[in-house]
Amino acid sequence: MLTVLLILIPLVAGLITFGLKGSGPKALGLIASLASLAVTLGALFQFRTAPASLQFTANWIPQLGAQFSVGLDGMGLMLCLLTAISFLLIFIVIFNREYERANSFYGLMLLSQAGLVGVFTAYDALLFYVFWELALIPVYFLCSLWGGEKRIPVTFKFFVYTFAGSLLMLIGLIYIYLQSPEHSFSYASFINSGVAPQDQSWLFWLFFVAFAIKMPIFPFHTWQPDTYEQSPTPVTMVLSGIMVKMGLFGVIRWLLPVLPKGAYMWSDVAIVLSIIGIIYASCIAIVQSDIKRLIAYSSIAHIGLMSAAIFTNNEQSLQGMMVQLFNHGINIIGLWIIVEIIQQRLKIKNLNEMGGIAQYAPGIAIFLVTISFANIALPLTNGFIGEFLMLSGLYQYNVWFMAVAGLGVILGAVYTLNMVQKVIFGQSNALTETTTDLKGNELLVLSIIVVIILVLGVYPKPMLELVSSTTELVNKVY
Amino acid sequence: MNALISTALSGVVMMFAGLFVSNKQRIKFIAIVVLLACLVANLAELSTIEAGDRTLYGMITISRFSILFNAIALGATLIFFLLSGSAFENVGEHVSDYFALIFFILSGITLASTFSSLLMLFLAIEIISIPQYILAGSDKKTPKSSEASLKYFLMGSFSTGILLMGITLIYGATGTFNVADLGLGAGKVNTLALCGIILVAFALSFKVSAAPFHFWTPDVYDGSPTVFTSFMATVVKAGGFIAFIRIFHGAFIGERITADWQLLLAIITAATLIIGNFTAVFQQSVKRMLAYSSIAQAGFMLLAVVSINTHATQGIVLYAAAYSVATIGIFAVMIKLKDYTFDGFNGLARTQPVLAITTTIFVCSLAGIPATAGFFAKYFVLTAAIEQGNLLWLVIVAVICAAISAYYYFRVIIAMYFKQGEAETAPITSGFKVMLIITAAIVILLGIFPGLLLELI
Repeated sequence: MLTVLLILIPLVAGLITFGLKGSGPKALGLIASLASLAVTLGALFQFRTAPASLQFTANWIPQLGAQFSVGLDGMGLMLCLLTAISFLLIFIVIFNREYERANSFYGLMLLSQAGLVGVFTAYDALLFYVFWELALIPVYFLCSLWGGEKRIPVTFKFFVYTFAGSLLMLIGLIYIYLQSPEHSFSYASFINSGVAPQDQSWLFWLFFVAFAIKMPIFPFHTWQPDTYEQSPTPVTMVLSGIMVKMGLFGVIRWLLPVLPKGAYMWSDVAIVLSIIGIIYASCIAIVQSDIKRLIAYSSIAHIGLMSAAIFTNNEQSLQGMMVQLFNHGINIIGLWIIVEIIQQRLKIKNLNEMGGIAQYAPGIAIFLVTISFANIALPLTNGFIGEFLMLSGLYQYNVWFMAVAGLGVILGAVYTLNMVQKVIFGQSNALTETTTDLKGNELLVLSIIVVIILVLGVYPKPMLELVSSTTELVNKVY
Repeated sequence: MNALISTALSGVVMMFAGLFVSNKQRIKFIAIVVLLACLVANLAELSTIEAGDRTLYGMITISRFSILFNAIALGATLIFFLLSGSAFENVGEHVSDYFALIFFILSGITLASTFSSLLMLFLAIEIISIPQYILAGSDKKTPKSSEASLKYFLMGSFSTGILLMGITLIYGATGTFNVADLGLGAGKVNTLALCGIILVAFALSFKVSAAPFHFWTPDVYDGSPTVFTSFMATVVKAGGFIAFIRIFHGAFIGERITADWQLLLAIITAATLIIGNFTAVFQQSVKRMLAYSSIAQAGFMLLAVVSINTHATQGIVLYAAAYSVATIGIFAVMIKLKDYTFDGFNGLARTQPVLAITTTIFVCSLAGIPATAGFFAKYFVLTAAIEQGNLLWLVIVAVICAAISAYYYFRVIIAMYFKQGEAETAPITSGFKVMLIITAAIVILLGIFPGLLLELI
């Protein structure tokens, strides 16, 4: 039941929010996200004692063999935790900001949360598809209504891209459904569908393209920098922190176990695409002068490593990748929060116009440096363990792949430190001298993020334990 | 049977109502009551066929499927009357005649869903077509309307001729009009019969505006009074499809003969999907976009005709319902607007939030977004085609076209929500808003629980 509650809380709160006025939406958003977090923690507790109680199944469309079947495993729980924490942090950070039509803004944010949790918990292929699409619609409206100047064509491109990808996945889902002996959409029958290897070979691409667009992986990434740049920053946080995880999650939950032979056949191609993405995005990030685009490309590079790690077919990199799902989310949201703070104060995005902020706002500087270190996976930050495990797994798969992917770490240091230098050090100018330091809620949020970064950097064991059950499951069928 | 008789009688009633009742609101009210009676009469027949399908004089066969389809056609028409019935007055003086013509079309549709003889098929198509020629030209003040009517009449009667020719050839080959006795599947393929089948396919393709027989559609739909376009593009089209699927799945099935027409129809389907979707992208007027969208949606429904399995029959019913309701809704909103171009929708979300949100739901349904009826409609026709096995190329084409369709459908949303402007509307009554909300609720309900409708099939 807790799992259903996780979807219902943001859904109901979101629908109510549309009807509220004044500061009602803000308050309800905050309350709902707090409640979601509390329920997630409850589920986390229950997962240790009675994991089976987190499964919930009800009849949905009996004629099709589709059920409303939701549940949580280690990975799903971790992503729900990430979602709950992220939304809470986002709502706290924007608490002082006044949005035009705040009720719609908060309502759509909560609806997107409901969609995301639905994707992470669905154990029925059709239900998964429905949530997969539904998570997109609120984000589309959020970007188009509150985004930057070029928002309409940019988000439209984003929408059509992902919609086309999902439809291809729909063909794949229906095909497997028809192949499964009992004509059912349930997870179990999908895993045991026994699709012939030659069919798995092309079915793989129908799924992979849908997931690759969402992640995004080279060459399906072209929507991403534009969308990140044009979206309002809170939405960018949702997109880059949580939404891209849908693609990676999809591969682990729905691609590897369902089409293991297909994945095995094409793993080299998938890894090469991912690695091209790492190097390509890192190189572009180095020459970016727009801070939002820089972080967007940095995100492509990080996701590239994660997606390469999935296809190496060994436990170590898979585990590292899952831990990284959480940690990357926290780190990138931390970076976006700092961008949001700077943008709100200075109204600029161009790195060349910034500089010397450290003198006037030491708080911003300290947090930016810490989070940037986590972003380049320095030891003792949360990013380290995941990247280490992934690269180590990649090494076992193929030394050359690892060597090239490892370049990404170095390039990552180049662009991240370059960004840090341009933002907070160097000569200040008339504009940056006006920077004021962090306020109460901003300090709170960034402190939480830094605490998570340090704690999980020093002691990653709980996270590794949480996802180990999923890793075992995937490896068993793969 | 009940539906056929009651709709035909209702048509007569409405004609005479014009003589005795002069208040137009009251005529609309009578039409709605009479239509409700037809719906009840239709559903009442369910109890009589519990033992099995009933055939009358070898001419019509009443089955559960046909009754359900009639109920959907009548229900969609009811929504149409409730939403747009008042707009009949803006077309011309003879409101009751328009209602009468629509009832006659409905009786044609009920015949199309029950025929079991090729003669009845021909009658059904004719009864559906002739009142449409009149409705298309009913706005006598604008030349575009007369042009639409003439164009439709010339092209339509030509295609009816082809249909008749096809039926004659099939009769020549088999010696019977009775669908059940045609026996085309057994043994060698008869060339004469195959020619007949192809001609019937062409004629019906024309009626459902499938490419390359679609050229009349944009002009006729654009020229006709908007309120009648709404009806012609939805319920009537669904009626055409029910005839299509019943004759092809019922009579032209056989080991060898199926493969002969399947490829032909698959090509027609692909052409319809591609032409409909790509052309719709370039339209500047929403009304014309909807005309091309109706061609595009016909392509999806043709997927069900091409694939022969239960998913296809379920799919066509669900598709007809989802598509009709959503399109009728969009047309109802559009009739209230002063400007039919995309720019005419600019800023509608600010001036009329209820209209904007319901239109968004209708548009999402047409685009096939989950949680709307349109998603499951698309799901079923795609499943049918995938199940067919040898049509995967067609499925890929369909899916790419579905992605393209999101482009032009979402332009309406972009105009309403993201563009600045003051969309001008005619005065909107609160009753109209309530009806719109109910219609949108139906779309969402069927999108989340399609089982409600599937249970009945």
